Amino acid sequence: MKIHLPNSAFLGNLDSFLRGFDPTNPDRLEITANDQWIAVHPLVLSMIAALGLTVKPDNIRCEPLQARSGHYVIRMGLLKMLNIPSTVAIVEHEPAGRFIPLTNIRTSSELTTFITEMIPLLHLESEQAKTIGYIVSELVRNVIEHAETEHGALLCAQYYRKSNSIRIGIADTGVGVRATINKSHAAATDLEAIQLALWPGVTGTTRREGGTAQNAGAGLFFIKSIASVNRDFFVIYSGNGFYKLLKKPPTGRLRLNADPFDDRHSKTSDLPFWHGTVAGVDITLDQTREFALLVEAIGKTYRTALKERKRARYKSPRFI
Amino acid sequence: MTIDLFHKTGAFAENKDVARDIRLRDIIPALERHEEVVLDFKGVGASTQSFIHALISDLFRKYGNEVLDRVAFRACSDAVKSIIRIVVDYMQERMGIDADVPPES
Repeated sequence: MKIHLPNSAFLGNLDSFLRGFDPTNPDRLEITANDQWIAVHPLVLSMIAALGLTVKPDNIRCEPLQARSGHYVIRMGLLKMLNIPSTVAIVEHEPAGRFIPLTNIRTSSELTTFITEMIPLLHLESEQAKTIGYIVSELVRNVIEHAETEHGALLCAQYYRKSNSIRIGIADTGVGVRATINKSHAAATDLEAIQLALWPGVTGTTRREGGTAQNAGAGLFFIKSIASVNRDFFVIYSGNGFYKLLKKPPTGRLRLNADPFDDRHSKTSDLPFWHGTVAGVDITLDQTREFALLVEAIGKTYRTALKERKRARYKSPRFI
Repeated sequence: MTIDLFHKTGAFAENKDVARDIRLRDIIPALERHEEVVLDFKGVGASTQSFIHALISDLFRKYGNEVLDRVAFRACSDAVKSIIRIVVDYMQERMGIDADVPPES
């Protein structure tokens, strides 16, 4: 496998970075980097770390990071996670208020501990902390419950002062969205599986509307809706499929949709195959609505969506 | 029976395994003994929909929506109230919609 750390890869321009990923030769990982500048979304680091955990340390080759901004990659813990010695000495500051370094979470109790410790690290206001905690909990729990991977979830997050936003990236190398959804549904492509996974009330654990005792099929819908209400980016990439909820203009009418393809979005089905699932979200803190109001708005859409699905099952009378 | 959620979940209730354990070890046995159950959310600032679903959705399958006459929610924050309303609504909504799908074993 080959992956390149470019000079810029954020959710808005992520597509070109993903197209440069070469998934062939899965026993080896070669990491190259732009030698002038590296500015990447936490999702990029989570992806590389997730790939690294699937390869023997001896089979990972990482070219020396020449760019001054390469310190960021080191400070976020990528080389440490991959057992690659760093040739660059950096002064480590307390991470409080700025970032969450790469973290590997494999169990439910590890996740609970992580969320408890994460909130003070980001120095967030109470309402913002609820939103970020919600997103991390639901995304990582999806990995623990559905990804079927011994390597668990890789995640990291970064606060960006200029945009006053938190950017979060989570990656796994599990079975992917399509394999999970197809346990109960019939998605012909990875993109179709992503569409179903984002639809409220659809879960791979059952065909039944409303889910099982443990799964409702609402987690990803809620996260996409949180990003939508806050007018932020949300991406999900699995197999060849890629879906990106696009930012909404601040003055535009806000509407939550059950079908993710009715939202303002971009999508593609021809990316290099990612064996597993990657999710990224940006949360602009200025725009973060009070959590209770956020949930109320999402709930209305959820209820409407279920009613529509119920109506879709009604049979029509035959007038002959 | 009153169940102190904060004691089991902390200020952010998100661990579905904990929710399942509360449901199986505390709520259902109490309902089987014909006791009323009070879920006390004092100190719990927020929750995920997944947690609330794992906590109460199966009660609707077992006891129908009459379970709401026997289970009460105390000291909920606005965020927790919103999520409980969503789960309660969609569980009642679904009770009549999937009669064509055989029950799970």
